[in-house]
Amino acid sequence: MADGADVRRTEGQADRWPQPTLPPDLISISALADPAIVVGRDWRVVAANAFASDLFAPRLVGADVRQAIRHPLVVEALREVMDGREAAVREATALGHAEGVFRVRVVALGDGRFLVTFIDITQARLTERMRADFVANASHELRTPLANISGFIETLLGPAADDEPARRRFLEIMAREAARMSRLIDDLLSLSRIELDKYVRPQAPLDLAPLLHDVGKTLAMRLEADGRRLIVEIADDLPQVIADRDQILQVMHNLISNSLKYGQSGTPIRVRAALVPGGPRQDPMVRVSVEDEGEGIAPEHLPRLTERFYRIDTGRSRSMGGTGLGLAIVKHIVDRHRGRLDITSQQGVGTTVSFTLPVVPARAEPAQEPSAPEASAPSAPNAYGHKSATLP
Amino acid sequence: MSDAQDPSPARAAPPPTVHGYDEELEGLRNLVGEMGGLAEAQVVAAVDALVRRDAEAGLAVAAGDEALDRLEAEAERMAIGIIARRAPVAQDLRELVAALKISAILERIGDYAKNIGKRACSIAHASPVQPVVIIPEMARLVAAMVRDALDSYVTRDADLAAEIMSRDTRIDDFYNSLFRSLLTYMMENPHHITQAAHLLFIAKNLERIGDHATNIAEMVHFQVTGERGPERPKADATPLFAGDKRGEP
Repeated sequence: MADGADVRRTEGQADRWPQPTLPPDLISISALADPAIVVGRDWRVVAANAFASDLFAPRLVGADVRQAIRHPLVVEALREVMDGREAAVREATALGHAEGVFRVRVVALGDGRFLVTFIDITQARLTERMRADFVANASHELRTPLANISGFIETLLGPAADDEPARRRFLEIMAREAARMSRLIDDLLSLSRIELDKYVRPQAPLDLAPLLHDVGKTLAMRLEADGRRLIVEIADDLPQVIADRDQILQVMHNLISNSLKYGQSGTPIRVRAALVPGGPRQDPMVRVSVEDEGEGIAPEHLPRLTERFYRIDTGRSRSMGGTGLGLAIVKHIVDRHRGRLDITSQQGVGTTVSFTLPVVPARAEPAQEPSAPEASAPSAPNAYGHKSATLP
Repeated sequence: MSDAQDPSPARAAPPPTVHGYDEELEGLRNLVGEMGGLAEAQVVAAVDALVRRDAEAGLAVAAGDEALDRLEAEAERMAIGIIARRAPVAQDLRELVAALKISAILERIGDYAKNIGKRACSIAHASPVQPVVIIPEMARLVAAMVRDALDSYVTRDADLAAEIMSRDTRIDDFYNSLFRSLLTYMMENPHHITQAAHLLFIAKNLERIGDHATNIAEMVHFQVTGERGPERPKADATPLFAGDKRGEP
């Protein structure tokens, strides 16, 4: 039987139909573009297309729907149709994965078999919810700088109308507040764009080594101003990852900016990348980490850091020009890549933020040298078998 | 996708012609599976009602708990029937006891969801409290734990069970964090105390659901490997929290 979009059957069913000629409906579900399964009257899955196996479990065929899928609305719809209804439709949330929303349709095929199709409407629901969230978040966060600007305009129109030095000073502050508003809008927009693509997996292979060196270069000025060094350590045998280049750049930029803002002046920031070998349940991943030395973060804040607009110290974050969205953006990008974001911190020592990215599967890999570091970046294998480059 | 023709020995479906014990046991497993799906959906729906401030949805969750109670009673009746008629021993008995225990746990999870639904209804009309945003994130983690715990039960996957057991501390971290934010919130403005107190209980309920999912995982782990898992790490620091200036536990 062909791999991929095949129709799966267990040996239990092998005698029910003549082997070479499958009933037409079993062949046709493999042609559907949505997850679909055929269920027998005994609740066992007779056939499942590849999308259904991806959504629920690889071994769906032969399993009982009440055990393998379990969702009460799916069970309810099936029960209705088994009891004689022509068809039943339900909208099921948290199906397959936490945020999956599907329109589930059950129809009787006759002959004691039932077709269940799952149409993914996650995206539509997500868009609806996001519109509401966006308005709430944005208006709340924009109000503060806007109130400042209005206040200064009032002062400039009234008491300070003829005070030249005050006017200059106020205009500077207003410009700064306006810049903050525009930064905030940029971040909000990029966050909603990322959220919209959340379930669209990146496809392109990417070499991390040159990218990590580039990030250091674009931040060189700010690093130098704070007496910081960026130490990039990349494992020798780093494979390509499946990732969106621009988004990973944004992740690295946000993480290193955070280290710059909250780490101790004059201490180095370490960027590492190494392979995490896969296990029986886990595909191999590349882990990239950004490590700073500084006062660290108290443990009670750690779970909430990726929340939008969560700030440990609101005043400090604002004075640093933070929008409160940096880590939320990072989290969403990493989620979209099916990676995992980990933040560990030790108070008084420093903070390490790391994320994983999926490795390009071996057979899809083009015949290519594993990521030669860029000629411009000074790099030499050091005693630990790492290539390291120190910037600036 | 190469495993299509390789039903694992543990999961192999009983041949359709065999009647009797295996079939009865499978019926019980189906019932437990159905309960698991319902319990998870109740947790998700309750938190959804809370976030959307939808009082009716909250009440619907509370009313839906009856179905879980009914299923649990049925599972118990079924398990006792099997024990009485077949007098199972060894592995079979362990399996039955696990199913019984898990159905009791799922019923309990349903009760917590019901409680969250009711509280969601009570605070739907009050003004929203900022720390509420952490609840859906925590609920997602908890619901995933319940789902994976049931997956590990259905597929008899000890590795997955062990992995679930290690997730419990993350739920505790969430709970600690929320506990502190809510305390601060209440101190700042006594008008928020009603909602904040409800949220505290909701968070505690979620934390308990996480513990129960961990219990299921431990049972599955024991059932499959015959070994007790590693000692459960405990990170709920709130009993030690005295509310002094630094709040160090």
